[in-house]
Amino acid sequence: MTHSPAGEPVEPQSPGAAPLPQAQGPSPAVRATGVSKVFATKTGDVAALSDVDLDVAAGEFVALIGPSGCGKSTLLRLIADLDQASAGTLEIFGKPAKRARADQDYGIAFQQAGLLPWRTVGANMALPLELHGTGKAERTARVAELAELVGLTEFVDRYPDQLSGGMQQRVAIARALAARPRLLLMDEPFGALDEMTRERLQTELTRIAAETAAAVVFVTHSIPEAVFLSDRVVVMSPRPGRITDVIEVGLGPDRSEALRESPEFFDLVTAVREALHGRSPVAEPVEASLRQAQGPGTRQGPGTRQGPVERS
Amino acid sequence: MRAVRWSARRQHELRGWVAAAWGALGVLAVLALWELYKFVGPPEGVVIGAVQGQAGTGVMILPRTHDRAMPHVWDMVARLFAPTSGGDTPPLWVSVAGAALVTLGIAAIGWLIGVIVGAALGLVMQRWQLLEWGLLPWIVVSQIVPLIAFAPVVNAIGNQIDRGGGTWPQWLSVAVIASYLAFFPVAIGMLRGLASPDRIHLDLMRSYAAGYWPTLVRLRLPAAVPQLLPALRLAAANAVLGAVVAEVSIGMRGGIGRMLIQLAGQASSDPAAPWGPTFGSIALGLIAAGSVALIGLGLANYRRGEAA
Amino acid sequence: MTDTATTTLAGPSRAAGTATGERRLPGWLRWVAPVVVGALIVVLWWFWVDVLGTAPRMLPSPFAILAEFVKRWPIIAQDMAITATNALIGLVIGSLLAMLFAGLAAAARPIDGMLAPLVAALAVIPIVAITPILNTMFGASSQFGRQAVATIAAFIPVFVNVLRGLRQTRPVHRDLLRASAASGWQTFRFLTLPTALPYLLTGLRIASSLAVIAALVAEYFGGPADGIGTAIATYAKSGRAALAWAYVLGGILIGLVFYLVTSLLERLATRRAQV
Repeated sequence: MTHSPAGEPVEPQSPGAAPLPQAQGPSPAVRATGVSKVFATKTGDVAALSDVDLDVAAGEFVALIGPSGCGKSTLLRLIADLDQASAGTLEIFGKPAKRARADQDYGIAFQQAGLLPWRTVGANMALPLELHGTGKAERTARVAELAELVGLTEFVDRYPDQLSGGMQQRVAIARALAARPRLLLMDEPFGALDEMTRERLQTELTRIAAETAAAVVFVTHSIPEAVFLSDRVVVMSPRPGRITDVIEVGLGPDRSEALRESPEFFDLVTAVREALHGRSPVAEPVEASLRQAQGPGTRQGPGTRQGPVERS
Repeated sequence: MRAVRWSARRQHELRGWVAAAWGALGVLAVLALWELYKFVGPPEGVVIGAVQGQAGTGVMILPRTHDRAMPHVWDMVARLFAPTSGGDTPPLWVSVAGAALVTLGIAAIGWLIGVIVGAALGLVMQRWQLLEWGLLPWIVVSQIVPLIAFAPVVNAIGNQIDRGGGTWPQWLSVAVIASYLAFFPVAIGMLRGLASPDRIHLDLMRSYAAGYWPTLVRLRLPAAVPQLLPALRLAAANAVLGAVVAEVSIGMRGGIGRMLIQLAGQASSDPAAPWGPTFGSIALGLIAAGSVALIGLGLANYRRGEAA
Repeated sequence: MTDTATTTLAGPSRAAGTATGERRLPGWLRWVAPVVVGALIVVLWWFWVDVLGTAPRMLPSPFAILAEFVKRWPIIAQDMAITATNALIGLVIGSLLAMLFAGLAAAARPIDGMLAPLVAALAVIPIVAITPILNTMFGASSQFGRQAVATIAAFIPVFVNVLRGLRQTRPVHRDLLRASAASGWQTFRFLTLPTALPYLLTGLRIASSLAVIAALVAEYFGGPADGIGTAIATYAKSGRAALAWAYVLGGILIGLVFYLVTSLLERLATRRAQV
């Protein structure tokens, strides 16, 4: 169910229809088909995810956004094979999730940096390499590369408790990139940081993602963050957890600080916000005052989106 | 989905019974191990490092399997029901129970004294940091001093008081020694518990202009409960230990400590007898700890949010 | 004489207290205060014995004890060696067994189910009460009974602490290792073991003094006629108070050495445990 902010109506898909023909070529980074996840709790079953379809192309940056309980972190954990789906198929680069994990096709970063406190920064970055038998010389070289990539070269021999929250998170990102993965999974990695650090790290992340050409699946609570970072924003909603909207962010590969103050950025943020609230986004960007004058709930022109009823 | 699924609620309720069943299995396993060793073990035990021809060398790491050294489990049980010292004397378990009750009573008094002293120490140490710095190291060291040394001293002091006009029965010396072991965990538990409230809660009380005593009663003491309850349980176990050792040290009649030594001395002729007071001591420790745990039941509200 | 399972000597945080506006005491007082208290105790003691003369005969003056300790050092040292060896054997064997069983209990639920009540029961019963029976089983001339009691005394705190430590791995770290496709053994080596190490050392610190006391008190319940405990009992009975207390001083010294060494180890290991 995609639609572009330019206002051209796109053929709405009914659920369960065959997906539009994908571009032929390398297998997508992530292909989820009909994925469901049910948790059994003391008070009954909880449908954390229900019939989710998602495709992430190689090199694409996709943000997952939604309120608590919408299943975005669950979906990420399923992709990472940290949990198993109750139903549906999940393929990472054409392989089942379990094999992708064994092959270390992805790197992951969590909201807590999760650095091992008894290891130095360098040793933390090298952890995935050490686990998979990379030689010491190669590890040292790679750590130097990574440290330069995230700007922490002078801190390689320090311990995590000597670093600030933002720096620890940078180490976690470096660690996620250690084995040169083609897919990065990130679960609200900047959630525990203050706004200034957050914006700085967002800019760095887009640079790193572009340099390494990795696909990224990024879970977040923050609408501006989702729009700033990604090529596509996937909006989810809870009870049951499902995808309700996908919004194309056509802002191009260059994400500079100036972008945060451009009108296109604000319009996209508005579009995502409205999708989150379940209202249909306005088909064309209009002046705010005009919108107000016409009152809520008006629809513009033919061929606009159907109401919320169709979305479940 | 399995055809039969226990609801999570039911599983939760059954958890206590399952744990008890595993515990009983553990005890049975120990008994089975005892009998198994008696059956297959070498009759002279397992000795390492013995020199041929020289008796008494080497270290025995597994005991002799002879009935005199290791009575059968059923012999131990049967002995409990036989007369204590032959003839018309009551069954062993009755004597053991009587002695255990005596020791339990003394240990309880010792526990009470220890709790009061320990709580008072904890309170003053929390109130004045200088006292904490000055006293705490000595309190810790006090537990390293072997209490065998104190028993004769306390007994002698007690006799002095007794002769000087006051009353100081022998069991009071035992209780004092038991309290010496009991006060330590309570002092530490009280100190840590009183200092455990969150900073925001302390700030809240300060914003209400609540002084030391209201803060103590309404915040620090309730917050101290999760630390105090295990400390009280530990103090009970320690009080029992102190009472048993002190009884032996002072030579007090009627308690289970003396019975332990007495029957152990006759072990060559009556090998299963010493196990009677041994089981009695075990039961004593369990009952003491269990009774204190009952206190915790009434304080359940103060333990909400306690980590598992 | 068992400690609360994870007591650290560092003591409770005082930050809460100072937040309400109390004055901060100068740091040097931390060392001076206990010394002052100690000196006070010695002075009062001496006063009671030597000046007032009203203390019982069993309590000699501190200086008399010191004099006797120095004079009789050779025989005191001999007995100290016996008790210290028993305690050390108990500490080492007890800790090793505790690590083994804690590992088993952490790995297999049924073993944990059977062990947990047994260890909880062991923690509250007077262990030295089984010394007479052990002496019967292993012979009255063997040190084994005392060593066995010391072993059990050391086993309990180490078991409880190691088991707790093995279960303290944080979920984010577990996820990290799983996402890095670490094998079970690798997860144990890279995560579980370093996480459990500070807990092990805390357990060892608590177990050290317990092992010494257990070895000492067990001597009182029979066995060979050597060791500090039997010496204290013998000399106390025969009225040689200063010598008995000199032996007590020996026992305290052993306990202090054990405690200080394990305490130092624990501090070294907990420096980097928390982030």
